[in-house]
Amino acid sequence: MNIGANQVKASLVLIPCIVIVVYFIWGFAGYTAYLSFTKSTFLPNHQLIGWHNYETLLQDPRWWVAYANMFIFGGLYVAACVIFGALLAVLLDLTTKGETLFRTLYLYPMSLSLIVTGLAWQWLLNPTSGIQQIVRDMGFEEFNFNWLVSVDYAIYMVVFAAVWNGTGFIMILFLAGIKSIDKEIWQSARIDRIPTWRVYFYIILPQLRTILLTAIMLLGFQVVRSFDVVVALTNGGPGYASDVPARYVFEYFFTRSKIGQGAAAAMIMVVTMIAIILPYLYFEIRRKEP
Amino acid sequence: MSWKFNHKTALLYTALMVFALYFLAPIYVMLVASFKSLEEVHQSSVIALPEIWTFEPWVKAWSGACSGLNCEGIKPFFIATFEIAIPAVILAVLLGAFNGYVMAKWRSKFADILFATMLIGSFVPLQLFLIPLAVTLRELDIYGTSIGLILIHTVYGVPLTTMLFRNYYTTLPNELMRAAVMDGAGFFKIFFHIIVPLSPAITIVAIILVFSGVYNDYLFALTFGESGKRPIMSAVQNIVASAYGIKEYNVNNAVVIISALPTLLLFLITGKFFVRGLTQGAVKG
Repeated sequence: MNIGANQVKASLVLIPCIVIVVYFIWGFAGYTAYLSFTKSTFLPNHQLIGWHNYETLLQDPRWWVAYANMFIFGGLYVAACVIFGALLAVLLDLTTKGETLFRTLYLYPMSLSLIVTGLAWQWLLNPTSGIQQIVRDMGFEEFNFNWLVSVDYAIYMVVFAAVWNGTGFIMILFLAGIKSIDKEIWQSARIDRIPTWRVYFYIILPQLRTILLTAIMLLGFQVVRSFDVVVALTNGGPGYASDVPARYVFEYFFTRSKIGQGAAAAMIMVVTMIAIILPYLYFEIRRKEP
Repeated sequence: MSWKFNHKTALLYTALMVFALYFLAPIYVMLVASFKSLEEVHQSSVIALPEIWTFEPWVKAWSGACSGLNCEGIKPFFIATFEIAIPAVILAVLLGAFNGYVMAKWRSKFADILFATMLIGSFVPLQLFLIPLAVTLRELDIYGTSIGLILIHTVYGVPLTTMLFRNYYTTLPNELMRAAVMDGAGFFKIFFHIIVPLSPAITIVAIILVFSGVYNDYLFALTFGESGKRPIMSAVQNIVASAYGIKEYNVNNAVVIISALPTLLLFLITGKFFVRGLTQGAVKG
């Protein structure tokens, strides 16, 4: 009897959670999916127009720039964060003195927002004030580093700033993994006279496969939603050269008043995410089954 | 042998220093610029220390910098952000703790399904929520208000807190629950007298994560912020990108640094929890 009353209370407590999941998450996602098939412009509109928004979207060169940028940005960002994160974790693991200090120095950008990250890097990457000018002041008058304002290279500078923010976290994941590995490996390695770097590269890091996959997933997730850092650093410019889907969607929703097309773009973001996550889940499940 | 050791150590620390430089450089550049007069900012190199140190940019950043035509500094936005963040943190942590408790200790098939759908849902890009949120907030007549943002941050903070609390509560022994039920303790009594006293660490982790998320948020702030009281990141971006008048780079840098301080200090003071929260959240994500 008492247990029954408690079960009722337990179910009642979940009501806000049910509202959140059913209404604010899946209901909203479904509504946006629906809007992507409607003639919505400034306000949501319920006139269905089939795949029209998707057709317009896929014919928009600007969308393709944004979509391609997501992969350029994503590929480089994930690769750089993982490589530098793992490298820094190994370096910190080797450190005997000052580990806490260096760890804090590498990790603190993570606590800063991506707006702060973008605005902070604006200075050093801006040709008239930043690195280009510093090197020129040192006497190398011909030195050029104007990627931030270049149509072809601005997106790479976004990577540069985002990596600054994201590497520390990946480093911490790897460091926790390295520290959790049995210390006896080192004794055996010493007996076999295996050089330190080989122990890390061939014995320790391969054992951190799960952490690697977690890191890639989390970073990939960051890539799809990346919006702030682009707005703060380049605002999608010059022109729309460094635009990304998240920003494109926002602009079509609120400044260009083309909600239908924005919703279609948002749906493509979701489909892309699923396409990336599914193989990962598939391999993970297959690996665990046998 | 000893030379080799020193050689390697030197290499290691050189590498560590080079990386430290990369991580410190942008903050250093902002800091020195924020202590220079505008004239000196234009004339000197971005890496040079100020010749004459001045605190004026900081004072102006706090109480006189212009966001559009409104020149009250970032103080009002700073306060507005805390007015949003504190209730949102309390609500999201409280709801998350309750959810976690039910999902871990009063398990039912339904609760498991709810948790799974919530977890998958937390991967949906936030852009998908913007238009339905705008519609909902208009219906509730809280569009562009702090209440609206509190609601948003609570709603989208709950999946994270639920996950943290659920995963932690699953590690608590079930005997604890059984004994309490035997003694006739009810649902809420068990929660407040047994579960809550066992969870100070995870609560701190949850508070830190939700607070940083709300404070550092830009997307919702930009979309749903009240113009005079917009949340900090949206205000900062607006001040720095503002096209009106002369660009006061020294003041802008002070603005950015001040806006970064709360989460930075939180990280430096509670570093251990910060890291633990993120690694815990990550491993489960």
